[in-house]
Amino acid sequence: MRHTISVLVENEFGVLTRIAGLFSGRGFNIESLSVAPTIDPTISRMTIVTSGDDRILEQITKQLNKLIDTIKIIDFTGEEFVEREMALIKVTAEESTRAEILRICDIFRGKVVDVTPKCYTVEVTGSPVKVSAIIDLLRPMGIKELVRSGPVVLGRGPKGWKGN
Amino acid sequence: MKLTGSKILLESLIQEGVETIFGYPGGTVINIYDDLMGSSIKHILTRHEQAAVHAADGYARATGKVGVAIATSGPGATNTITGIATAYMDSIPMVVITGQVPTGMIGNDAFQEADTVGLTRPVTKHNYLVRDVKDLARIIKQAFYIARTGRPGPVVIDLPKDVQIDKAKFEYPDKVELRGYKPTYSGNVRMVEKAVKMMLTAKKPVLYVGGGATLTDAHAELLKLAETLQIPVTTTLMGMASFPTRHPLSLGMLGMHGTYYANMAVTSSDLLIALGSRFDDRVTGKISTFAPHAKIIHVDIDPTSIKKNVRVDLPIVGDLLDVLKKMNKKLAEHKDEVAQANLALKPWHEEVAAWRKDHPMAYKLSKNEIKPQFVIEKLRELSNDDAIVTTEVGQHQMWAAQFFDFIQPRTFLSSGGLGTMGYGLPAALGAQVAFPERQVIDISGDGSFQMNSQELATLVQYRLPVKIAILNNNFLGMVRQWQQLFFDKRYSQTCMELPIDFIKLAEAYGATGLRTSKPEEVEEVIKKAFDTPGPVIMEFKVSREENVMPMVPAGAGLNEMVLAS
Repeated sequence: MRHTISVLVENEFGVLTRIAGLFSGRGFNIESLSVAPTIDPTISRMTIVTSGDDRILEQITKQLNKLIDTIKIIDFTGEEFVEREMALIKVTAEESTRAEILRICDIFRGKVVDVTPKCYTVEVTGSPVKVSAIIDLLRPMGIKELVRSGPVVLGRGPKGWKGN
Repeated sequence: MKLTGSKILLESLIQEGVETIFGYPGGTVINIYDDLMGSSIKHILTRHEQAAVHAADGYARATGKVGVAIATSGPGATNTITGIATAYMDSIPMVVITGQVPTGMIGNDAFQEADTVGLTRPVTKHNYLVRDVKDLARIIKQAFYIARTGRPGPVVIDLPKDVQIDKAKFEYPDKVELRGYKPTYSGNVRMVEKAVKMMLTAKKPVLYVGGGATLTDAHAELLKLAETLQIPVTTTLMGMASFPTRHPLSLGMLGMHGTYYANMAVTSSDLLIALGSRFDDRVTGKISTFAPHAKIIHVDIDPTSIKKNVRVDLPIVGDLLDVLKKMNKKLAEHKDEVAQANLALKPWHEEVAAWRKDHPMAYKLSKNEIKPQFVIEKLRELSNDDAIVTTEVGQHQMWAAQFFDFIQPRTFLSSGGLGTMGYGLPAALGAQVAFPERQVIDISGDGSFQMNSQELATLVQYRLPVKIAILNNNFLGMVRQWQQLFFDKRYSQTCMELPIDFIKLAEAYGATGLRTSKPEEVEEVIKKAFDTPGPVIMEFKVSREENVMPMVPAGAGLNEMVLAS
C-alpha cells in the first residue's frame, strides 16, 4: 500500500543521507522524496512516498523517529491532505501537433514555459494521478525529456504541524 | 581564555568524568596526542584500532560508564568500524573520536582520508563531523548524552586536524538541547498495572530477559519481581549474569543453544514477559512457532524493538529499571493476590522441573580427552565470584554461556548481536583496566584468538593480568559443527591445519603460556595460571569434534531441538 509521510528534520549537513540510508539499509521502499527548508530555516521538510503493509509502515515511522535529527513525523495514512506534484515536460511540437499540445495543456491548466521551433516545455501541477494523465496524453507527440518533483503534501484544515 | 580544539576535546572528556581512553596515534590526531602528555587522562595504547574500540566496549560493559576510543583518519577510522558495529548491535555506550584530514582537503582524496561519517552512519547511534571549533564542546556534550541515554549506543566524532588546532573560548555546556531526541524513561503506569494483572493471573508465565537488564543495572529489581511472583527466568546471551544462573528460578539461556527446559517453557508458556530483549532470530527460532500460546508483554526503551519481529499484546516503552520498580511497588500492594498466584503456579513449576530432569545441561566426561565444557566448569569452580568473563565468538562462547555459572551482574562480556570473533581479548583488556584487582578471564577458541592476538603486547605493557583460556580444537568449531550437521561433514576451510605453539606465542610477548591435553591436568593448569602474575595463556587441547548441544537448527521452532546424543 502507498503511504505518504512528512518528516521534519534538522536542516543540517548529512541529514538526507541518514534518511535515505535508513530506507536502503532496512530494505524500505522510497517511491519519491522531496526536500526543502521550511519557514523556520533550521528545519527542513521531507515528503516521502513509500509502500508497504501496516507493520512495515510502523517500523518506518518508528525508525525515522529514532534518528536524532528527526523532529517530527506526520503519517498521512487515513488523513485528509492536499497533495501536489509538479512536472516539466519537454515535448516535440511539430506544426501538426502544436494545437493539440496547447489544448491538452489548457485542459490540465498547464503552461508552456519554453518554446523553440520544434519543441515546447510544459509545466503542470496537480495530484500525481493528474500529472501521470497529461504525460500519457503527451507521450504520442514525443516526449524528449521529463522531470517530476515528487509530491509534496499538507494536511487539510487550520492545524499546523505543531498542532495549533 | 581561548583553547585549541585538541585541548577543548581533552578538557571536555575530563568534564564528562572520563579517566581512561583507548587508542592509537596517527597523523591527524597528533595534536591530541601531544596534549595528552601531561593530561590527567590515562591512555592505553592498543596494537590495533579495532582492539582499542573493543577495549573501550569491554570497559563500558564492565563499568556501565561510556567507553572512549580514539583513532586517526583513513585506515585508523576504518579499523574502528567492526568495534563500533559490535557496540551498536549490543547497545553499548561509547564515544569514538577519529581524526580527519583538514576541512579544506575533505573530499579531495587526501592522504589517509576516508568518509568516516558516511562509513559509520549505519553502525552508530549518531555521528558528527566537527567543522568549526566553536561547535566542539557542544558536540562532545551531545555525543556523551546520546551515547548513554535512551537505548545506549556508540557515537562517532570525526575531528579534522585544523579544527584541533583552531582556538575557541571553552565553556562546557551544562545542558543538552536536542529537540529531536527525547527518550521515554517512565513506563506508562496504566500499562504497568495491566501487566501486573496479567502476571498475577497467568498459569504458565516466563520472564525472558535481555541486555536491557544489564544496561539498566536492573538485576536487584528483576530478582525481586521473579521471587515475588515465582516466575521462571530465562535470559538471552546479553541478559546473562543479570540473573544468577544457579537460582532455582533460573532456566539458563534460551534460543538456538538454549537449555531444553528454557525452550520448552517458552514454547508452552501462556504469558511471556520480555524485559529489555528484542526477539532476535537466534532467540526465537521460527517465528510462527515461537511461544504460540502466550500473550506477550514487551518492555523496551526502544519503540522500534516492539512489534518488529513478533506480535505484542502489551507494549511498555520505558526504562526497564523504572518499569520493574513500578511493577514491584504495585505487587507490594497486592500481597494476597501474590500469595494466590504463587499457589496457582505449582503445576507450572512441576512441569518445568520435569523438563529439567528429563534433559539437564550435560555432556559426556572423558578420561582420555579434555571436554571443553569441563574446562568451563573448572574455570568457574576455581575463580572468584566476581570474576569477569569475556568470550570470543563460536562454540567456546556458547559453552561459556551454558556451563559457566554467573553470579554477579556485568561479569559476562560477549559480542551477542554482531558475533565478532576477536572481541574477547581486547574486551578483557578494557575490563581489566577498569578493575585491576578483579580476575578477568577471556574464554577463547584457537580461531578467534588469532584475530586479535597482538593485544598480548598491550596486556604485557600495562601489566594487565588477563587469563586467557584457549579451547583449542584446531577447528573453526562452530562452522565445522554446522558442516557436520547440515553439509554432510564436508569440512570446507574450517580445519586450522597449522598447529600454533601458543606457549611460544605467549613467551614472545613476555607473557606466560601453559598447555595441557590431559583432563587430570586441567585443574592444575588453571590454578597455576591464576597464581601466576601477569597475563597467562592456558591452552587446552580439547576433544576436536565436540558439538554445542542442544541446538535449534536455523529456521526450526524452539521445541524442535537436537539434543546431545
